[in-house]
Amino acid sequence: MRYAMAIDTKKCVGCSDCVVACQTENNVPIGYCRDWIVEVTDGTYPNLELEIRSERCNHCENAPCVRCCPTGASHIVDGGIVLVTHDKCIGCGACIVSCPYDARYPHPDGYVDKCTFCLPNRVSKGELPACVSVCPTKCMYFGDIDDKNSEISKMLSKRKWKTLIPEAGTKPHVYYLI
Amino acid sequence: MREELITSGRMNYLVDPQLHIWHWQIPLYLFLGGLAAGIMFFAALYTIRGKTDKFQTAVKIAPFIAAIALVIGLAALMLDLNHKLYFWRLYTTIRLESPMSWGAWVLMVITPITFIWCAININVLFPKWDWKFQWIKEILNFFKKNIIIISWITLILSIILGVYTGILFSAFNARPLWNTSILGPLFLSSGLSAGAAAIILMSKSHFERNSLAKIDIIIILIELFLIVHMFMGFLASTQVQIDAANLFLGGPYTTSFWLFVVTLGLVLPLILESLELKGYKMPTFIAPSLVLFGSLMLRFIIAYAGQESRWLY
Repeated sequence: MRYAMAIDTKKCVGCSDCVVACQTENNVPIGYCRDWIVEVTDGTYPNLELEIRSERCNHCENAPCVRCCPTGASHIVDGGIVLVTHDKCIGCGACIVSCPYDARYPHPDGYVDKCTFCLPNRVSKGELPACVSVCPTKCMYFGDIDDKNSEISKMLSKRKWKTLIPEAGTKPHVYYLI
Repeated sequence: MREELITSGRMNYLVDPQLHIWHWQIPLYLFLGGLAAGIMFFAALYTIRGKTDKFQTAVKIAPFIAAIALVIGLAALMLDLNHKLYFWRLYTTIRLESPMSWGAWVLMVITPITFIWCAININVLFPKWDWKFQWIKEILNFFKKNIIIISWITLILSIILGVYTGILFSAFNARPLWNTSILGPLFLSSGLSAGAAAIILMSKSHFERNSLAKIDIIIILIELFLIVHMFMGFLASTQVQIDAANLFLGGPYTTSFWLFVVTLGLVLPLILESLELKGYKMPTFIAPSLVLFGSLMLRFIIAYAGQESRWLY
């Protein structure tokens, strides 16, 4: 069992619906976000390319945030999802500086917060993460990549993909179909 | 020209547009922790070598500064936490992978030892001090009898504390400027140098000041070597580390680093201490004060610049 997410950069239009859905579902405080949109314009005029990505915590297999956490509040649960136990977090910020994706933020209530793949509130009930479920272009896939017949496994086997900063050695599990 | 333009919709407080989760508290604590480590290192070293009489300040007076530094440092560390009242969670687990965890545990041991050290020597500062209760005197006598064992423990712990202040940073591979193992020895030597400087500032003995100045000169030379070595390592590494080095080689931290840390904090005190040993007369407080200032600036600059360095994507 290994949960992962794949996002089709060819279909994403950068509407930010995933961002708003996440903020609503997870009561993210105003002014903060657990997922966000990045637009990359690349090339030499007039031959420009645009890539739009919906980014979030990569739920790394070799997670630096889990390694650096002094209290064990950051941990990896079954299915490979990285979570933060709020009551164990002292808000020291070590995980925030350790994340090459800057995916974590200090929650005003004192603990450190980030994307949970909606595990506690949706995925454990058999629903899709909030961001995936609202995507109007259906460009996001979520599921178990250990299961060869899951939709996400099929997408990853037939499409070209990349992960973000794999050279940081984090083994990220959010895939971008390119 | 090929261009890459990245637009991000993210604007999280203290994370965007540039990471700034660690403010003044962390570098201040790292400086004070390093200073305390340096002082306790020399105190333990001279006790073990049986030179208590010749190094009165190092063994009996400077540890009071270490105790004060640790208290202020720990208070700063606590202020840095977002969940301040949960700080005790650090002591519900030992996580060897996390430098912050074993740093917290080392502090848990070395802080009480420093206080005991001060309690044993309290009559040097306050000749009329009396502990009043017999049981306190008995406990202190027990420590006095076993001072050599305690000194060995202190010596080892002070080295760990000094190295840890640097390892804390170098464990973060997400910040290329910090992600160099040189930072451990660099911060250790900077802490030892600060400790020696603090002792020189307080010492009234000419012999003690000269002996520590000689040691300080060697440590400063090691520091300069480590800084050169660090930049050589960065420039021979990947683009992210070249960019990190460029923060100091033409980037926004160039002036502050080369002026405050290298020139005022290392080279100038090196020259002044050498001249003093050769017999030139000058106010003795200048060189050690500069060393302390440089040591503090090193922490601040590395802490702030490190949060500016990042992976490209």
